[in-house]
Amino acid sequence: MNEDIRLMKGNEAIAHAAVRYGIDGYFGYPITPQSEVLETLEALMPWETTGMVVLQAESEISSINMVYGGAATGKAVMTSSSSPGVSLMQEGISYLAASELPALIINVMRGGPGLGTIHPSQSDYFQATKGGGHGDYRLIVLAPSSVQEMADFVGLGMDLSFKYRTPAMILADGVIGQMMEKVVLPEQRPRRSQDEIRRQCPWALTGKTPNRQRNVVTSLELDSALMEKNNERFQRTYKEIEANEVRFQAYDTDDADYIIVAFGSMARICQKAVEEARNAGVKIGILRPITLWPFPYKAIEDVAKHAKGILVAELNAGQMIEDVRLAVHDSIPVEHFGRMGGIVPNPAEVLNAFTDKFGVKFNFTND
Amino acid sequence: MELDQIINPANKVYSRPALLNDNTMHYCPGCSHGVVHKIIAECIEELGLQENAIGVAPVGCAVFAYNYIDIDWAEAAHGRAPALATAIRRLNPEKLVFTYQGDGDLAAIGTAETIHAANRGENITIVFINNAIYGMTGGQMAPTTLEGQKTATTPYGRRPDLNGYPLAISPLLAQLDGTCFVTRQAVHTAAAVRKAKAAIKKAFKNSIDGKGTSVVEIVATCSSGWKMTPDNANKWMEKFMFEKYPLGDIKDSAK
Amino acid sequence: MKEEIVIAGFGGQGVLSMGKILAYAALMNDLEVTWMPSYGPEQRGGTANVTVIISDEAISSPIVDTYDTAVILNQQSLNKFENHIKPGGTLIYDPYGIHHYPSRTDINIVKVNAMDATIELGNAKGYNMILLGALLKLKPIVSLDDVLRGLKKALPERHHHLIPANEQAILKGMSLV
Repeated sequence: MNEDIRLMKGNEAIAHAAVRYGIDGYFGYPITPQSEVLETLEALMPWETTGMVVLQAESEISSINMVYGGAATGKAVMTSSSSPGVSLMQEGISYLAASELPALIINVMRGGPGLGTIHPSQSDYFQATKGGGHGDYRLIVLAPSSVQEMADFVGLGMDLSFKYRTPAMILADGVIGQMMEKVVLPEQRPRRSQDEIRRQCPWALTGKTPNRQRNVVTSLELDSALMEKNNERFQRTYKEIEANEVRFQAYDTDDADYIIVAFGSMARICQKAVEEARNAGVKIGILRPITLWPFPYKAIEDVAKHAKGILVAELNAGQMIEDVRLAVHDSIPVEHFGRMGGIVPNPAEVLNAFTDKFGVKFNFTND
Repeated sequence: MELDQIINPANKVYSRPALLNDNTMHYCPGCSHGVVHKIIAECIEELGLQENAIGVAPVGCAVFAYNYIDIDWAEAAHGRAPALATAIRRLNPEKLVFTYQGDGDLAAIGTAETIHAANRGENITIVFINNAIYGMTGGQMAPTTLEGQKTATTPYGRRPDLNGYPLAISPLLAQLDGTCFVTRQAVHTAAAVRKAKAAIKKAFKNSIDGKGTSVVEIVATCSSGWKMTPDNANKWMEKFMFEKYPLGDIKDSAK
Repeated sequence: MKEEIVIAGFGGQGVLSMGKILAYAALMNDLEVTWMPSYGPEQRGGTANVTVIISDEAISSPIVDTYDTAVILNQQSLNKFENHIKPGGTLIYDPYGIHHYPSRTDINIVKVNAMDATIELGNAKGYNMILLGALLKLKPIVSLDDVLRGLKKALPERHHHLIPANEQAILKGMSLV
């Protein structure tokens, strides 16, 4: 057996991957179902090895503002929370975007609205992909569907965030956070040196030296003409991200009569439904957006050309379906299947939805 | 005496600190912010920390503090400066990190961040300007507004039964194990300015030496918000503010 | 090979850790595995359950509706899961505290007096390992050796001295079926 293969929860994988990536600082506040991120980091004591700072803040509001402070100095910083906590962070996320700071925010979603439930949900899709906080901004949103992707997306999210100087979010849910699977952790990388930060992040607060102007990290610009220019710059960045960073995975879509569009844990459940459907003679494929923003409009438009219908399966009342409908321009029917409030459906329910919405019959043989 | 004899550098007894740049300050006549900015600039310079100082500006009148002192700055969301400073100092332990906050920022919306940063003993300096009013938004009640004091939101004077009591937050912070130095100063006279400067310098040294959180409260005037002439504002401050917020060291365990 | 297992009982009976040890044993055997707990306040005295899927191929859904095998430790869990066992599947249960016995005729029902055996062994913490032993005897998905290696990997070094007692409990469970 490969000794590098570990068995761990998605939340634990995030913590291990953060240390391995060379993250400089993590600031968080406990909330179910993601507290293992902070717990694992505290147990790993990375301040003894890589020098990573780990701090339990007094609130999510404080966590995200600590992230803001750390990011302003060019450090690779992150936080994690779950839905109600991420709502509290929205002000800070808007400030991060407006100040063009790289940072990684992880939302292990639970059912809302309000205090809701601690059980899995995907009902923060709108919040993550359409803004969430005030102002015109976007987050790069990555949706992991396995423990391995929880680990991998820490590095990917941080890299993209630094590349475009805009915050990134890992939008996971209670299933991916709490389940254990095999995971191969990335190689240990060193944290960046102060010289590297000065070179790579000339905008960062590294201390004003005589050879440069003072750096000010701020989201404030009272001159509307200049603030519009700032906004135009943000939008150019978002266009560039849309052009270069769309990620998705297609399973069995080539010959499919019907397509499921699902992300995260729901995509896993739907994969099993597809296996069962194909055993019962119905060709279904899955298109799984990995980046929820930028959204794979083109890929969905393409698969829709050969399909009779699309089922959007989500752990919510129908959020991503709006983007799927934008992608297919009413060329084929797009229906929704969702469970809410922390209920996670099983694959059979997904197939029942096909029968309900599209009249698809499955010839199950007793195996 | 000839003019060139008078302006002979040898005769120079005062100059503007080099770190205070040429930008015209937006503060009102009589406002205390300008003086406090100046002594902060002097302290950084005198401690030789120009290249190692990071300031965190608040929301409030001092939101533009970063326009005047020539060091690296972060501008925080309202009340969150101590959270930013916490991360900046922990991730950059060689830096002098200080926040500059008003009473609304520090003692209303940011109370939690203030208390918890101080309670963790973050190695930062908090410069707290207490002028008992919200200046920037047009003179509304602050947490530190005195009983009976008229503001835009207490037009008949602050009433404890309606608005609660004035919050003396420095003595509260002094109770926390994480603070090493809590002092209350003013900048209305030359002597007061000298004392306030000594306090800020001491606080900065504490921060560099990692002794815990230092809090320098400056009881200040807001002649615009108080609707007084600068001179009357000083008199009013001495008479009423100093009674509720007496000057002097509240805690000094970092000797 | 693919085995979809649910283990269910009261919080504190070692349901989640039994699943974890099974998952680790699968890991040691180079198999694919998912371990999906019911999480939250149930862990403190309510009912807890965990779905463990072990396969020699990549596993799609970690959540399933029907199981090859159910290990049931209390009445509520029996009521909840009896009808979710695939025809021809296996139900292992401890009759301790069970008043309404399982009634299906299309599945293999195995009664394991694990509570009695636990008292006999004098090792209260061995309860879940006795049931694991019974499971492995009936469904040899992983070997005892895999389990012991899995325990070594899962447990911190300071708890390694507990492994022999666990082995004894597993063997006891194996002897009961």
